Amino acid sequence: MLEAVAVSKGFPGVQALSDVNLTVAPGEIVAVVGENGAGKSTLMKILAGVQVPDAGTLRLNAREIRFASVDAAQQAGIVLIHQELNLAEGLDVAANIFLGREPRVGGPLGLISSRIYSDAATIMQRLGLDVSPRAAVADLSLGQRQLVEIARALSLQSRYLIFDEPTSSLTERETERLFTVIRQLRADGVGILYISHRLKEVCALSDRVVVLRDGRNAGDLLREDVTHEALISRMVGRELKQFFHRDQAATLATASAEPIVRVRDVRWSASQKAGISFDLRPGEVVGMAGLMGAGRTELAETLFGIRRRLAGTVEIAGRMIDVRSASNAVEAGVLLVPEDRRRQGLVIDFAIRENIGLPSLGHWNRLRMVDRRREQETSLMLRDKLRIRTPHVEQIVGLLSGGNQQKVVLGKWLAREPKLLLLDEPTRGVDVGAKAEIYEIMNELAKQGVAVLMISSDLEEILGVSDRILVMHEQQLAGTLTREQATEQAIMHLATGGMGNS
Amino acid sequence: MKKLIGLLLFAIGLYLAVFVKVPEGNDNRTKNNVNMARRMSQLGIVSLGAGTLIIAGGIDLSIGSFMGLCATVLAVGMQRQGWSPPQAIAVVLGMGVVVGLIHGLLVTKLRLPAFIVTLCGLFIYRGLARWWAGDANAGIGPGMFKRAFSEATPLGLPVEFVYLVIAAIVFYLLLQRSIYGRYLYAIGSNELAAKYSGIRVDRYKIFAYVLCSLTAAFYSMMHLAEVASVSPSNVGSMLELYAIAGAVIGGCSLRGGEGNVLGIILGASILTLLQAVVSFWDVPQSLEYAAIGGALLVGAIMDEVLRRRGPATAHG
Repeated sequence: MLEAVAVSKGFPGVQALSDVNLTVAPGEIVAVVGENGAGKSTLMKILAGVQVPDAGTLRLNAREIRFASVDAAQQAGIVLIHQELNLAEGLDVAANIFLGREPRVGGPLGLISSRIYSDAATIMQRLGLDVSPRAAVADLSLGQRQLVEIARALSLQSRYLIFDEPTSSLTERETERLFTVIRQLRADGVGILYISHRLKEVCALSDRVVVLRDGRNAGDLLREDVTHEALISRMVGRELKQFFHRDQAATLATASAEPIVRVRDVRWSASQKAGISFDLRPGEVVGMAGLMGAGRTELAETLFGIRRRLAGTVEIAGRMIDVRSASNAVEAGVLLVPEDRRRQGLVIDFAIRENIGLPSLGHWNRLRMVDRRREQETSLMLRDKLRIRTPHVEQIVGLLSGGNQQKVVLGKWLAREPKLLLLDEPTRGVDVGAKAEIYEIMNELAKQGVAVLMISSDLEEILGVSDRILVMHEQQLAGTLTREQATEQAIMHLATGGMGNS
Repeated sequence: MKKLIGLLLFAIGLYLAVFVKVPEGNDNRTKNNVNMARRMSQLGIVSLGAGTLIIAGGIDLSIGSFMGLCATVLAVGMQRQGWSPPQAIAVVLGMGVVVGLIHGLLVTKLRLPAFIVTLCGLFIYRGLARWWAGDANAGIGPGMFKRAFSEATPLGLPVEFVYLVIAAIVFYLLLQRSIYGRYLYAIGSNELAAKYSGIRVDRYKIFAYVLCSLTAAFYSMMHLAEVASVSPSNVGSMLELYAIAGAVIGGCSLRGGEGNVLGIILGASILTLLQAVVSFWDVPQSLEYAAIGGALLVGAIMDEVLRRRGPATAHG
């Protein structure tokens, strides 16, 4: 029996886990569910020795254990299978399975024994992975790679396997195959922990479901009690804290306007069952909810022209726009505050002034020279308007706090004329004060007639700031909720694949 | 700024080291100065092209071979095919544009690594040069071409130096004053962020490859005008390494996004002066490369040590 007892873990600025308990027995499949940020991944990392808890104990067969490293956890028979697989693509399957533990021959020569191929074949057969042990991992499908990871875990004589979102990039058939393997492992007496956002899978597979909410235990349901609704009510059932609220009057004011943005049947992936269509009205702040991997970022990037649009049309203010590159989108007034501020939003070694000027320089000067004075004036004006806390705009943005960096990204676009502002997780890693300021900026823009589409995984935030909420699930628009309809339950229902009601 | 002053002091030190060894009288010192100014100007111009590309996060290993091909085409064209100098110049500058475009397109559209593309170029252009000249030396006689690119002395200055000044002004305006320059720095620092800012990243990267090849083509004119005869099998060999070294000594980071015009020119001067030091201080000719390499290594180590002592510095 593997147990976590009263485990706590904090990171700077956030308590990821508080007094969390979890048990899994040999031959049992336990699913762990919760919203984004509920602490599932942190808990799994602690069990697998990736992270050390601040408080609480881990027990294996009633003996207290303490892992100094992933290696130590693996020695004890606990292996985490990562969401993003960690395989050496250039090596073959057998080499990956035994990497770091190759049986050797030839004494000091340290040659690798050819036994790894027969040993690998035995394990692979057990998993139904029918490729050659000499096949290069690079040539395998994602589902096959996952099986290679599992084979590696089995070769370690693992007694507990932890899966973190194993099906997020698998096809339906590969998922079925994986489930068969997991059930087989259960029959062999392996204990399984299974994290998933897909409640349908959870219901189908698990013997028991542990629900986490805001880093605490929020339920432990036996198989017969597990239903979609029971899980959701435990995942979200918290009281709303003091929070930003969009003015009701503003919502009403936008309700009757003619749409300024018409998105029709937009697709970015051949595997999408249908395209995405919606309208946005000027002055509207629309939230976009969904679980990780639901396609929200992909949709925003497609509208911005960074991702290739396979089909569909985008119309802004009555004009069809050809967003085949981001520069077309910017010209048309479609602007994106990207998800990864440090990698996509900012040139981290540039000064605030240079970052703010980047998208506008070409617009300002016909002679294609940098209009240093205008750049300076604009950034000073935006620094004051956005309350970027810095004495001077020559500050390198890499040295600013997360909130101030995000304001610089917003500043880049405020120097242009936005018509549709897309924000992808704009307040992630931003402190409370800066969050409120970012909401204010969004409101301010909306008041000027900009359509604002904000992607967020924070349901409280979505409910607080939106006039309307679009919910995505598996690359589809699962439904639209008006402000009156919107509750955390309603959003999670749609986001986890429950049937739409719109 | 501190870095530029350090480079300047290093260059002055090297110059003095040469100066004390030049025998007095017979205009020896003047001649030597003119000679070094030529070298430095030629290398400076091609380093500006290489440096611009490095700032944008690219690299060109084919500079030397391509320069050799251009010099060969110039000589063969004017000597054997009766091209007029303007015709020959137009052909070679056109080659610069085309080759830069090819490099840039392969790197951006096919996503081939710049290292591979230009390494292949290194072999291809050398081979083409030898084939074009029938594997024989090619040369030009006295005339307008030689005067325009080597012999003229406007205001008493070697004409190459005048070209360097013009190139420095053009590159300064481009890199440090125009939006294209800003885009190149942004692309070199963080290509993704540039893309997410709506900059047409591919277009500007291609532009940087074209600039680099154009400076190599221009170098070939000055070189041929000076030496009058070239051997296609080795003319310009290792020039790419000198050009890259000049840019890097001058503060360009191979990671991209760093460097400036003054630094690049100082870097090229330091390389030129190092060569002069080696020849005036009676270092055996055979040790020339080893001496230059050793001096650069010491410089790089000192730079790194100083950087770790000092606070983190920004680009530019």
